[in-house]
Amino acid sequence: MRVAVTAEGNNLDSPLCPIFGRCPVFVFVETDTMTFDAAPNPAAGTRGGAGIRAANFVVAQGAKAVVTGNVGPNAQRVLDSASLPVHLAAAATVREAVEAYKAGDLASKSAS
Amino acid sequence: MILAIASGKGGTGKTTVAVNLARAVSCLPAKGSHTAVHFVDCDVEEPNAGLFLHPEIVQQREVGVLVPDIDLRRCTYCGRCAEVCQYNAIAVVQQKVLFFPELCHGCGSCTLNCPEGAIAERLRVTGVIEWGTAEGALSFAQGTLNVGEAMAGPVIRQLKQWAIPRRTRRALVILDAPPGTACPVVEALSGCDMALMVTEPTPFGLHDLRLAVQVARDELGLPVAVVINRDGVGDSGVEDYCTSEGIPVLLRIPMDRRIAEAYSDGKLVVDAIPEYRTRFQELYQRIKQGAAS
Repeated sequence: MRVAVTAEGNNLDSPLCPIFGRCPVFVFVETDTMTFDAAPNPAAGTRGGAGIRAANFVVAQGAKAVVTGNVGPNAQRVLDSASLPVHLAAAATVREAVEAYKAGDLASKSAS
Repeated sequence: MILAIASGKGGTGKTTVAVNLARAVSCLPAKGSHTAVHFVDCDVEEPNAGLFLHPEIVQQREVGVLVPDIDLRRCTYCGRCAEVCQYNAIAVVQQKVLFFPELCHGCGSCTLNCPEGAIAERLRVTGVIEWGTAEGALSFAQGTLNVGEAMAGPVIRQLKQWAIPRRTRRALVILDAPPGTACPVVEALSGCDMALMVTEPTPFGLHDLRLAVQVARDELGLPVAVVINRDGVGDSGVEDYCTSEGIPVLLRIPMDRRIAEAYSDGKLVVDAIPEYRTRFQELYQRIKQGAAS
């Protein structure tokens, strides 16, 4: 399954980014094979509504779930509309965060 | 003449100077050559001039931002509205249109660009503007931004359009601007004839005065002058800066406990301490002289 992970760099050993809307990079990981691709976050420099733009981007890139440190209410609303669950991780790297996700160790966050 | 009272650093005495100047000029015979004095409190996040001028408010109007109203029967979820929105206020996700009202600036791009004509505009009320009169035939107007709203600009803009008379040559409009140097201040200062900066003679006062002068004089092209409030509490930094920049200092108000006592009672300084009425009238004369040159 294709999962979007917020990152500080563009590979699996990059640090996990604790925020969503303005993270520098999204690493999209195929959880079955641990293959990945990375893209700079187009919302990183936007004046306002970064979370909304980032969420749109992640949906358009075909992700089916998000793994991150935290998301704000605007991004949450967009991700909920697209039925993308958000999983909160405290791991140090993208790889560790994905492993924790696969092991079912991560809490999910939803707008309620 | 539209005279804006601004500051940079908050709490320097903008409103104190604005309301006392308004009362002092209203007390002059023939209002010192202006036919009328209008007071406009543009500090819409916390308008407080009314606490001192005690206006009788007779008119009120709701104001706000024109936001999109999307007709889902005509919408094809093409996403064009979200594409053109510079503020990310619209998201189109899987046959759903999400609108974020606090981010919408009311620019109308979405409405204009919708290929199906599915978007109409409706007013989202974000504040209220009020008008009335105060003692000395002073025309008084203020705007109040609703609690929880982030954008003061639209309320300030509509307040100014409503309250400032079309012909201002014979009228004196005293505009109490918000503190700081961000969007609300730019909106308030735009179109004014002069900016009077109220500052305090401290490093903080100087730091923010520089920024305020940059906005008013360098970016907006307004003539600027300074009033130093609480003169004597700090250092000579502000005076030195004004001298080197050629900015006239039109009034120095000393650190005077009687002033604090008067305003903490909601009293105008020019009423409570007569010598200050003369000083504010002198300030007005210097402003007029400066404007004439």
